[in-house]
Amino acid sequence: MAEYNKEKRQAYWRENVRLMVILLSIWFVISYLCGIVFVEELNTIRLGGYKLGFWFAQQGSMYGFVAIVFTYAHLMAKLDRKYDLHE
Amino acid sequence: MELQTLTFIVVGITFSIYIGIAFWARAGTTSEFYVAGGGIHPIANGMATAADWMSAASFISMAGLIAFYGYGGSVFLMGWTGGYVLLAMLLAPYLRKYGKFTVPEFIGDRFYSKVARIVAVICLIVASVTYVIGQMKGIGVAFSRFLEVSYELGLLIGMGIVFIYAVIGGMKGITYTQIAQYCVLIFAYTIPAIFISLNLTGNPIPQLGLGSMLAGTDTYLLDRLDQVVTELGFAEYTTLSRLGTFNTFVYTLSLMIGTAGLPHVIIRFFTVTKVSDARVSAGWALIFITILYTTAPAVAAMARLNLHETISPTNGANLVYDERPDWFKNWEKTGLLKFEDLNGDGRISYTADKATNEMVKVDKDIMVLANPEIARLPNWVIALVAAGGLAAALSTAAGLLLAIASSISHDLLKGVFRPDINEKQELLASRISMAGAIALAGYFGFNPPDFAAGTVALAFGLAASSIFPVLMMGIFSKRINKEGAIAGMVAGLSITLLYVFQHKGIMFVASTSYLGDMKPNWFMGIEPNAFGAVGAVVNFSVAYVVSMMTPEPPEHIQHMVEDIRVPSGASSAHSH
Repeated sequence: MAEYNKEKRQAYWRENVRLMVILLSIWFVISYLCGIVFVEELNTIRLGGYKLGFWFAQQGSMYGFVAIVFTYAHLMAKLDRKYDLHE
Repeated sequence: MELQTLTFIVVGITFSIYIGIAFWARAGTTSEFYVAGGGIHPIANGMATAADWMSAASFISMAGLIAFYGYGGSVFLMGWTGGYVLLAMLLAPYLRKYGKFTVPEFIGDRFYSKVARIVAVICLIVASVTYVIGQMKGIGVAFSRFLEVSYELGLLIGMGIVFIYAVIGGMKGITYTQIAQYCVLIFAYTIPAIFISLNLTGNPIPQLGLGSMLAGTDTYLLDRLDQVVTELGFAEYTTLSRLGTFNTFVYTLSLMIGTAGLPHVIIRFFTVTKVSDARVSAGWALIFITILYTTAPAVAAMARLNLHETISPTNGANLVYDERPDWFKNWEKTGLLKFEDLNGDGRISYTADKATNEMVKVDKDIMVLANPEIARLPNWVIALVAAGGLAAALSTAAGLLLAIASSISHDLLKGVFRPDINEKQELLASRISMAGAIALAGYFGFNPPDFAAGTVALAFGLAASSIFPVLMMGIFSKRINKEGAIAGMVAGLSITLLYVFQHKGIMFVASTSYLGDMKPNWFMGIEPNAFGAVGAVVNFSVAYVVSMMTPEPPEHIQHMVEDIRVPSGASSAHSH
């Protein structure tokens, strides 16, 4: 039982880390890449009155962060139940 | 009604609410004092966290920085929100699962070492005290500007209010006042923004107004702003990069890591009931913060445009000094605006060229403080801005003071020096530490040290280089041991302090800086305020190398790490 429990916990942790890596990649892309590194290239595209790179830096990245955190909370709640490790 | 009277009434009402809450939310146990009893709803905690987080700097200074740095101000927007992604995924749920009262307590247990705990307390106190000085100054300044009482009296009133609810209520009182303070500050920030956006673009939502056309024209607001500022010789607003791409990158990273590592923010997540609540609560906190942070760039751009259009109208001659509006006169009195008629024509010329510019001083803070007046909003809105600025400063100060007080009474006294004291004695000790922390912060408020201006940036650098890495390694690695953690914290903290001091002077005394604060002297072009991320890399590397050369942590510590990684079996925060 204890052994099974240990494997289960490890599988849960691996899935958690995988989810984190995916979400942190998105976090990196919308802020560091779209808002900083490729800002000039994106600024050639317009989003209404916004230059796109500027929009990512001063608006879009923050909306993305909110979405990332809620996505993580939601998927982790599902993962907790899948492995029966919820509170 | 007279503005002065109205301001007194609005500020008076908000202060009575805070005091009322203090008496209603008294703390009777150490658990209530340190973590508000551990039963705060995730949305309520999100709101309290947002108020805890958004300081006088966010409320008053940030839009002003963006107004003058344009795109370059984005580091603050992304840096101070992106950290919540790290907090929500990498730290908050696991630290909540561990279920103790303070951040140093986790570090001490995970690295099975009182030395590690004491080093963590030192990092925490240095970061939090430097941060709280800025808040105290903010309280004094807000009082003296809006209520025309002296800076000292304003500071005393502010300290008195914090004293009442923080000493009586601890985290419990602070949590409920922070919720009220969030409502005050977000209302005070968004109402003027909505009016201004409506005036300029016809769109009441500032976030959309910023991307809209100016009312009655077919020109986009941001295009017009770019045009206006470049014609006056300033850099183009939407593309101005302060110190280059690499520095922007590292600065943003430092602010994000620092945000996630600030103890007064982390302990807010100890107040929710469950691990899953800690994750959701971080999301709510970020929503409440993002409401202000996405409004700020709109306030910044619109205020900057209004300022230039008032002084140098597109069609017509520059403003005649004797016909300047009332707000101009009011802010001249405070010294935040200053005009010198260099060419003697009686008109105001505001340009980027120092030789012809006659607006010799335009303080960045004016952008938020004078914004309602520049946009001719009614007096009650101006009164609200005063109450909002005070709410922002008080809520952050209280959160910081609690982090300081609990690390003294719980980590140092109960944890290290007098483990035998009972709960009642510890509760008394925590109230005394709180009173002491308020007195210390007040002392620095009355005698602001030379380094007051640089302190908030330093707090982020210290949190990024010392606390964040050690917490993350404690959760994500079973191999990092006490030798590695202590060496990592000391190395990260020292290199960051050393870098800041070598460019800005020891304890910010400029004459002791032995390497001038200028780009050619900076390591890879990184400005001192942005150095926290480099300190964090040093911390991670040192901790890894030292841990590999020393024995692995004992078995029970490895079990502890496995245990905090899963939510099941969590109980509310407790002391043993």
